[in-house]
Amino acid sequence: MTGKNNIQLDQNGRLKHFLSTEGLGRQLLIDILDNAESFAGVSHRAVKKIPLLRGKTIVNLFFEPSTRTSTTFELAAKRLSADVLNMNMATSSTSKGESLLDTLHTLEAMHSDMFVVRHSSSGAAHFIAAHVAPHISVVNGGDGQHAHPTQAMLDMFTIRRHKRSFETLRVAIVGDILHSRVARSDIHALKTLGVNDVRVIGPKTLMPANIESLGVHVFDDLKAGLDGVDVIIMLRLQKERMLSASIPSESEYFQRYGLTMARLRTAKPDAIVMHPGPINRGIEIDSAVADSAQSVILQQVSHGIAVRMAVMAMALGTLSGTAVKNYENTGN
Amino acid sequence: MKIQVTKGRIIDPATGVDQAGTVCIDNGTIIATGRAAAGFKPDMEIDAGGKWICAGLIDLSARFGEPGQQQASIASESAAAASAGVTTVCCPPDTSPVIDTPAVVELITQRAARSGKTRIYPIGALTQGLKGERLAEMYALQQAGCIAISNANQPLANNEIMRRAFEYAASTNLTVFINAEDHALRNQGVVNEGAISTRLGLPPIPETAETVAVSSALLLIEQTGVRAHFCRLSTAKAVTMIARAKQAGLPVTADVGICHLYLTEQDVDGYNVNCHLVPPLRRLEDKQALIRGLVDGTIDAVCSDHSPLNDDAKIAPFNLTRPGASTIEMLLPLMLDMVSRDQLSASQALEKLTINPARILGLQGGTLRPGSPADLIVIDPDLAWTVNRQQLRSAGKNTPFDGWELMGKVTHTILNGQLVFPDQA
Repeated sequence: MTGKNNIQLDQNGRLKHFLSTEGLGRQLLIDILDNAESFAGVSHRAVKKIPLLRGKTIVNLFFEPSTRTSTTFELAAKRLSADVLNMNMATSSTSKGESLLDTLHTLEAMHSDMFVVRHSSSGAAHFIAAHVAPHISVVNGGDGQHAHPTQAMLDMFTIRRHKRSFETLRVAIVGDILHSRVARSDIHALKTLGVNDVRVIGPKTLMPANIESLGVHVFDDLKAGLDGVDVIIMLRLQKERMLSASIPSESEYFQRYGLTMARLRTAKPDAIVMHPGPINRGIEIDSAVADSAQSVILQQVSHGIAVRMAVMAMALGTLSGTAVKNYENTGN
Repeated sequence: MKIQVTKGRIIDPATGVDQAGTVCIDNGTIIATGRAAAGFKPDMEIDAGGKWICAGLIDLSARFGEPGQQQASIASESAAAASAGVTTVCCPPDTSPVIDTPAVVELITQRAARSGKTRIYPIGALTQGLKGERLAEMYALQQAGCIAISNANQPLANNEIMRRAFEYAASTNLTVFINAEDHALRNQGVVNEGAISTRLGLPPIPETAETVAVSSALLLIEQTGVRAHFCRLSTAKAVTMIARAKQAGLPVTADVGICHLYLTEQDVDGYNVNCHLVPPLRRLEDKQALIRGLVDGTIDAVCSDHSPLNDDAKIAPFNLTRPGASTIEMLLPLMLDMVSRDQLSASQALEKLTINPARILGLQGGTLRPGSPADLIVIDPDLAWTVNRQQLRSAGKNTPFDGWELMGKVTHTILNGQLVFPDQA
């Protein structure tokens, strides 16, 4: 581990900011999954709220448009009884020339406890965590092409629900690895949780330089890469990649890298298919696959709420691994 | 004004002198080097016992903030330069407005004259507004005082423009300074392409952004016969290409920025914005090749590439910060560090900072030979100090070397026969 991510932990080694799955220990990731497991039931109750973050103010700072991520963060915060402020920064004062730092200080002055940040620049969440007042926690909701740690943890949560142990798994991540923060965060989380065989599959134009240095195997052939895998994580193909000479056309991409039922058979019979959404049917994934029994795409979305509840509660110091279990046992 | 600098170790790579002795200055000119001139009665005597006496440093690239910046000014930066032993700087044309008219050249030279602490030679724009489309009035810029011509880090529209610009510069007897970068290959990149760019998710700049540009420039230099100087090499491959071009007899020289001799892409880790530079910091192998290029003479000069920035320019996520580092005060101490680690001899290190840049620019200075302009510095090679960004004289505090422990500092700087450091106020 690099130590550069220590900014994520407080002096007692507890989660303070959640910026990246890189640089966090295995036990901490497991605690997040365990806590998320205990919250997963909350959504199914008649009263979907627990008072863990009552009195806390969480600000959703989205500098980049997003519906599902911001919605699940908001739901997660509300289920923990926090007050939530949604700031759509794409249309607010930062576009009027106010510096990012001035905006942050203004929001600090509103006695916020947590910023959930999405920004198009890699490192933006680190930057904000390094500059905010010390009582504020920062959760990265996606920064540029760097990291999307809550998405990665909900992916891990989904995998754990379907597979027994991480150590023996073969996991393939397919598509635009180059521009994907999800791919990077998934790779770090999978490696930390003990997965030895992580594969990335895509054309060279969508593969970042030296990706092997993250401990993954690189394939440019989908069939070869899917051979015997337990988990397939499909990535969304952005339309603008056609303009940047990354791929010739959507149809050629689908021919080479689209996941069809026929190709899915290369994987293990019980392989699960995941996707961070929103999916492009007929571009990276065939409808038959997306709607098949092996697809867990919709489960991922609902797991996202539980995982984000866990991360928020842990970063705000309102629970430890055991505390939440006790809390659950009392039946409140 | 007569000044005698007494009993120091005189190191003058231009004449091959490395011996104890005294230097006498009269009326802005060095009149004796080695033994004091007979009957010389100085108005001021500087004791250089235990110190080195060298020619003033010539920095092939330092941005002094004017015109265009708020914090840094020619006054603040030339004071910083004088304290660092730099007596001559070349100022790249990417000021605001661009140095593409004699009026901007005059503004810079007037302010430089008023501050009186450094000689500043503006480098004129190769194309109007550095837009890469129409040739700037190179002859008028040369007449106004531009010492060379360059498009700085801005792209040329195509190779036809490059060819014509080189031809015209050749017929005007101007040296073209080339910052070799293929902008399409750079493609919004901010860090070297490799494991670090992949881990940090920062837009990458491939090695070929430099090598492809060096390659096409070399072919056009060969065709046009223009005298060319390659600025800020950053890759091992480009060093090899320049070495081959020199062997083939092309009229080319090259420099490297001081940061690239000490830092690599690894230093960007943790989103260190003071390591956001153009060209980007590259791999360890590249850094080592740059040092070898210095030793074998492929790289002629080392410059600071000093870029003092307003504080705001670096307070943002990495890719939104302005590239550049405040470095002029660390230039000499870092080169002395290479000497103390036996990577270079003292004479080699000083050659890269004095006579070689003087020759690239066609200037008289860069030497202590009698008859030369009296730009001279005294260095205490044993003075230990720690870089503290807040204590820099430069208005730009954006240095990647904050907290570094360095050895060696300039104790006196004489410019044109006048003591400009320490301040006599």
